[in-house]
Amino acid sequence: MKPYASWKYVVLVLALVLGALYSAPNLYGDDPSVQVSMGSGDPMPADFSDIVAKALEANKLTSLSSGMEDQRWVIRMPSAETQLHAADVLKRELGNGYVVALNSASKTPPWLRAIGAKPMNLGLDLRGGVHFLLEVDIEEVNKKAVQRIVTDVPAFLRKENVRYTGRREAGSHGLLEFADAATLEQARKLIARNFPEYTLTVPQASTTQLQVALSPQEAKRIVDFAVQQNLTTLRNRVNQLGVAEPLVQRQGINRIVVQLPGVQDTTQVKDLLGATATLEYRAVDDGDAYSAAASGITPVGTELFYTREDRRPVLLKREIIAGGDNLVDAAATVDEQGGPAVSVTLDGAAAKRMFAFTERNVGKPMAVLFKEREVVTNYNAQGVAMREHRDVQEVISIASIRGVFGKKFQTTGLESKEAHDLALLLKAGALAAPVEIVEERTVGPSLGEDNIRKGFSAAALGLGLVVLFMAFYYRVFGLFAAAALLLNLLLVFAVLSLMQATLTMPGIAGIVLHMGIAVDANVLIYERIREELRNGLKPHAAIEAGYERAFLTIADANVTVLIGTIVLFALGAGPVKGFAITLMIGIISSQFTAIVGSRALAQLCFAKRPLKDVPVW
Amino acid sequence: MKIFSGVPNINFMAQRKLGLIISAALTVLSIALVLVRGLNLGIDFTGGVLVEVGYPQAVQLDIVREQLHEGGYERAVVQHFGSASSVMIRLPPAENASSAQVSSQILHALAVGAEKAPELRRIEFVGPQIGDELTQKGSLALLFAFVGIALYIAFRFEGKFALGAIAALVHDVVMAVGFLSLFWVEFDITTLAAILALIGYSNNETIVIFDRIRENLIAERRSSVLDVVNLSVNQTLLRSVITHFTTLLVLTALFTLGGQSVHSFSVALIVGVIVATYSSIYVSTNLAVALGVSREDLLPPAEKEIDEMP
Repeated sequence: MKPYASWKYVVLVLALVLGALYSAPNLYGDDPSVQVSMGSGDPMPADFSDIVAKALEANKLTSLSSGMEDQRWVIRMPSAETQLHAADVLKRELGNGYVVALNSASKTPPWLRAIGAKPMNLGLDLRGGVHFLLEVDIEEVNKKAVQRIVTDVPAFLRKENVRYTGRREAGSHGLLEFADAATLEQARKLIARNFPEYTLTVPQASTTQLQVALSPQEAKRIVDFAVQQNLTTLRNRVNQLGVAEPLVQRQGINRIVVQLPGVQDTTQVKDLLGATATLEYRAVDDGDAYSAAASGITPVGTELFYTREDRRPVLLKREIIAGGDNLVDAAATVDEQGGPAVSVTLDGAAAKRMFAFTERNVGKPMAVLFKEREVVTNYNAQGVAMREHRDVQEVISIASIRGVFGKKFQTTGLESKEAHDLALLLKAGALAAPVEIVEERTVGPSLGEDNIRKGFSAAALGLGLVVLFMAFYYRVFGLFAAAALLLNLLLVFAVLSLMQATLTMPGIAGIVLHMGIAVDANVLIYERIREELRNGLKPHAAIEAGYERAFLTIADANVTVLIGTIVLFALGAGPVKGFAITLMIGIISSQFTAIVGSRALAQLCFAKRPLKDVPVW
Repeated sequence: MKIFSGVPNINFMAQRKLGLIISAALTVLSIALVLVRGLNLGIDFTGGVLVEVGYPQAVQLDIVREQLHEGGYERAVVQHFGSASSVMIRLPPAENASSAQVSSQILHALAVGAEKAPELRRIEFVGPQIGDELTQKGSLALLFAFVGIALYIAFRFEGKFALGAIAALVHDVVMAVGFLSLFWVEFDITTLAAILALIGYSNNETIVIFDRIRENLIAERRSSVLDVVNLSVNQTLLRSVITHFTTLLVLTALFTLGGQSVHSFSVALIVGVIVATYSSIYVSTNLAVALGVSREDLLPPAEKEIDEMP
């Protein structure tokens, strides 16, 4: 037999060592633990370990360890009962500024963690928890964009001294009217130059109307931005819950998946996720609000709202000086009179607008509009989902502008709890568009354990049967195949752990299925060896020919299967994706282990020995 | 140990017309079955509320149905799930309530007159619109997988082979789905994953035979195409038997021990594996032959590949 390149042995040993190292964390299990983080997301104070130590000592609790792990303070406890006790104690001691949550911290030793080896995440079906699928209201995003068109473009035209005679929202576009075609043309050119993101059309029947719509790219960008913004906001909100290993992920165009392992009660979570409370700062119009309320007709460029306290009508300008998405920071505080207030900080652009506005309007009133939206889903008799929005829009404060302010200022007029909640919500970020929960799943923890047990026993039995059969049928070579299969499994686990993939029941099913198919490459090779022997080749030559001839077949088969799997991964969602990942990794690694791995073993065993026959018979 | 003491010599291609007729008939039958009878779609596709509860001991479904009826859930579908002590309840999405309400109401209804109240194991609340998206995505995934695979085979082998392989894939998928419809096996997203995995498996089968046909066509210059095909199928037969056997071993393990949540998955694959064995001979190869695969079709690329071996 030709000598086998020594680098192949090196690669093989390396794969074995790395595979073992990176799949090892899955064997260690978990410690029940309590994790503490700052509600604000700020770093933990330097003397935090003393605080914890004192709190635990005062209550006669002993922890296994206590320290920073993944940007959270993790206190490992010896048992589930002490874990609960410790969590209660710490919640009481630390107060509102901290988020205390139960967690299960992996027992992976520090040296393994130091090289980045972590256990796989378990899917909800394997450990219990809640799953939400949220849908971002794209219609609302588009409506807002059209609203912006009918405020921004006319404002720009006024600045340029181009007179328009009317403006309104008309479905998916804004409509501007002009006195004559010449003005329209002038406006069209100006708008086209300054707002390249809008598409301008003159309806055929008219010479004085101009339709302003978002270009398709811009429309897509706006939706993308809104979903992205919501993603960030939801992540912040979920972090407020203190759940260990939450998952907040975009899915498709306008959906967001939120998974919270270990959580069973969905009500609190739903309140937090769906809340869209935000503030808007707007100028008060001096038009007659009472007659507008009576007639239902509001002057151009204004909207009618009511105050929260005494339901008094107020006319507000459409332009938003600063809105929820401009807020950088917010905190509950007290105003000069000792009433509850929210102190807010604006981002750069809004701060500039605020500065310019207050500078021009000292002495004039500015209003704070509180907006909240709830989405209720009902099903009609045909079982079709009907969405109902319930909007709350109230003016919570009107105050005369007493001086110029920019970045930081206070909003009053709230109740105490409201100020607190609003500050939290604002801080966690406003949702750029309302979200609705379209899917909700809760998996009990005992079902999770059940699934793990079943998946594990199925995998163990499957593996055992395959190894037995291969050893029985192919003797020594069967053992090589079994070794290659085990190395393959090791690599699959290592890669999954390294990728921090989430293991689910379909994923386990994929691994199990893969064990049946993975030996195929070896079967192909061994059958080929037998054939070559029958064709009269000498044992060593037959082994070599078997490996070489089967290689192309295996590669062709694997590549085509891989193509199918990649498509699955790209288009599939949730469990299908998880399944595709395990299969994909399995195929790639089996190409390596079945060919290089089992051949290296064959080489080691037989290369230096004279063979009368190949022991595959 | 050996199953055959040499290469078997079965004239598979003698029955090739019959094979094609049977396959075509079964395919049409399966499609008709799915169209008429439909599929037992899971909650992922239909929407609705699914509640799984676990009792401390075995429970009779009649009692559970009675309790639910009393509680105002007339349209609930109740069945045992995995064991006699766990019950799955499915409700249509007409209930005008949140999942928290539904679960507490159902648990309340089940506690009426019972010795021990069941434990809530799982609740899923899915809007039917998810179903549409999944169906679309699933079909799209299938289509793209077919195109990708066909292109690769056409590139590595030849267009006629690609057609044969795709025909076999469609055949296997249709057959498996037809079986699921016939035996009213629940079709959920995991089952969909199984169907998609089946494509990979079926394909693997086809490629192994194609590969051998290509090799033999080039080597055995005197034999007819039919003889070469017969020889190739016989040569790969033992390998097929063994691979199907190991795959079926693990699928059976999954079916018996993996629990209810992977039952449909394993059933779909068990059927698929069996069908794929047949179709790799009587559909893909058969069709490629019927389309007139010739030695000349394969000569140029085959020469080049010798250099690529390890």
